[in-house]
Amino acid sequence: MSEAAQERLQTLLARMPYAAFLGLRADLAGEEMTMVLPYRPHLIGNPLLPAIHGGVLGALLEITALAQLSFGHGFERQPRPIDVAIDYLRSGRPVDTFARARVKRLGRRIANVQAEAWQETPSRPIASLHGHFHVAQRARGQGGR
Amino acid sequence: MSDPTPQTVDTATQLVKWSPQAKATLKIPYRSDLIGDPDTGVISGGVVTTLLDHTCGHAVAMAMTQAGPLATLDLRIDYMRAAKPGLDVTAHAHCYKLTHSIAFVRATAYDQDIGDPVATAQAAFMLTAAGPEPDHLDDA
Repeated sequence: MSEAAQERLQTLLARMPYAAFLGLRADLAGEEMTMVLPYRPHLIGNPLLPAIHGGVLGALLEITALAQLSFGHGFERQPRPIDVAIDYLRSGRPVDTFARARVKRLGRRIANVQAEAWQETPSRPIASLHGHFHVAQRARGQGGR
Repeated sequence: MSDPTPQTVDTATQLVKWSPQAKATLKIPYRSDLIGDPDTGVISGGVVTTLLDHTCGHAVAMAMTQAGPLATLDLRIDYMRAAKPGLDVTAHAHCYKLTHSIAFVRATAYDQDIGDPVATAQAAFMLTAAGPEPDHLDDA
């Protein structure tokens, strides 16, 4: 993993106020990025269960997809979501949540990304996302990957 | 659903209007710590996601004859354009079909004019009147 990619990743999160609001951080292990959403009481959407707000899980998956795009590739500006579809598979318990994303296809303008969130183990996902993002590729010769 | 939840308190989500016709309107005031792209000052797509999900849930609650817990099954969002920096984001949702166990909802998010939406959403919720369904919550 290049230091440039790691730096892009930290910069992306540091410059995104909403990521700080959620308390997100990114862990890198080689090529693999895992987004961590540490549990905090303000993330609860259903106090009776209690369960993490579905919108927060959607936001976690969306930011994970964005971060995976940005850290693997240098873009002129932050990719923008075009559409996302989120499936809720299990309720989010009041514990830390993790997420990873895969870029299924990166075109010149559109990226197709999938992401999954889990708590105990990746084999038991609590939510998944499939989305398209608008990307602005760097002009040739300007670097990038 | 009408009670404030920790997440909606923290995003300062406000109920604008709801009606017995299975409709609800909620608003998140613009705030700098909700920004997603500092270059533009545009509110994070994730905030819009949370607002749409929550407004859809409110619309379902309005449609139900008896209050009960809900679980989002899926949420699909189209982002039409970026929300204008400095403006509050409002969402309007309509639960257009309620079956014994499932609610179907459409919602629109906008900043000034509902005819010029920021995003639209389609969602399905599971009604868990007899308490959360073990399957969906914990199949351990």
